[in-house]
Amino acid sequence: MRALGVIFAVVAALALQTTLARYLVRGTAAVDLVLVAVVYVALTSGPATGLLAGAFAGLVQDALSSPVVGIGGLAKTIVGFLAGVIGTQFIVSQPLPRFVVFFGATALHALIFMGLYTLLDLRHFGTPYGPVAAQSAANAVVGVIAFQVVELLPGAVERRRAAKTRLRR
Amino acid sequence: MAVTDIRQRSGFLFLGVVVAHVLLISAQVNSRTGVPVLEAVTFGIFSEVQRTLSGGVGGVRQVWGNYVGLRHVKAENDELKRQLAAAEIALQEQRALADRARGLQKLLELRDHLELGTTGAEIIGSSASPDFRTLTIDKGTRDGVRPDMAVIAPPGVVGRVVVPSARSAKVQLLIDRNAAAAVIVERTRAQGVVVGGDNDRLQMQYVSEASDLVVGDLVVTSGIDTIYPKGLVIGKVETVEKNGPAFKRIVVKPAVDFSQIEEVLIVLTPTPAKEAAGGVSE
Repeated sequence: MRALGVIFAVVAALALQTTLARYLVRGTAAVDLVLVAVVYVALTSGPATGLLAGAFAGLVQDALSSPVVGIGGLAKTIVGFLAGVIGTQFIVSQPLPRFVVFFGATALHALIFMGLYTLLDLRHFGTPYGPVAAQSAANAVVGVIAFQVVELLPGAVERRRAAKTRLRR
Repeated sequence: MAVTDIRQRSGFLFLGVVVAHVLLISAQVNSRTGVPVLEAVTFGIFSEVQRTLSGGVGGVRQVWGNYVGLRHVKAENDELKRQLAAAEIALQEQRALADRARGLQKLLELRDHLELGTTGAEIIGSSASPDFRTLTIDKGTRDGVRPDMAVIAPPGVVGRVVVPSARSAKVQLLIDRNAAAAVIVERTRAQGVVVGGDNDRLQMQYVSEASDLVVGDLVVTSGIDTIYPKGLVIGKVETVEKNGPAFKRIVVKPAVDFSQIEEVLIVLTPTPAKEAAGGVSE
């Protein structure tokens, strides 16, 4: 059941990335919603689920857009695993620590992704510090908001029920 | 004990998945010929999802725009945009005609060259990764689309088809880091190659040191790369940095705003250079 949930989250992120993202963002500083979904899954489900989610999401993303299938998968596998380890070893329940994890995960992903491409002499990225920093910050903001929304939703439902009960009385 | 087992299992799993990825990457890097089967199949399946989602999103936007917003003004505006797009395409063809005349070519050959066979396509999705600049269009091999066909829009060149499936195709944008096109500067006829650069800009390379380039010069396709027909607009020179007699950096601003395009034309007619090289790849 959890596996289905993870697959749904990744596919939903991919669908959003490929349909809505181009209307909202421009250039290389675009949000990587798939990476946000992988880190979210890793933080909430642990390293094993995180690395499998990262591998699945990365491979699908590679197959859809990358000339070499596996590089994005490897980068997201490592990021998913490490985010899962951090989620189990540290208390990551406040916005600031979550922001740091999402920011660091995006920067690490970019390092592995661009590093492998450069190492294999398949592509050169110049000095992408600005775009990577911008993407890291954007991913971190989206990730923190996603956590807040998911955590607030059940509370909102309960509050609505309580209000209805008060009105009936 | 149980905690240790879980950690060990995660570690082994991590190691296994990483090794599998490395093997996968190695296999492709050693034999990079054509489109990988996995890529083509996955793209074909997912493009259907993109088509459905794009249809849903398009439907909602259409309802909002046509029935809630200014219905008649919107329809009229769409018609005017279509007419303007047709006029701009015609203008590009006329520009190509003038280029050929300057090259002292026969009028008949020129007319044949300019009568480009095209088919319209709608954009149904964008790249799954922000690191690659691609679009998905709703025309595929059933409509005669083949790899390396040029894709253009009213303002200029958009890119080329890289992966066609039966009912859709992936288009590599000109601003992708792996994209390139042979170009000439319209004013000076200086030749070069534009490649994808940073911030949705193009870098012009291999320009002769003796060339006279100024900001604002129009850059058009030269037609020698066998993909893009001659005379299509690429963009304008935005900055020129010179270091002594040599060009250090030439940045070209593309004519097309890649975040705004929704419909494109695929050039079905092969370029003369491609015909000479053996025609369209099937």
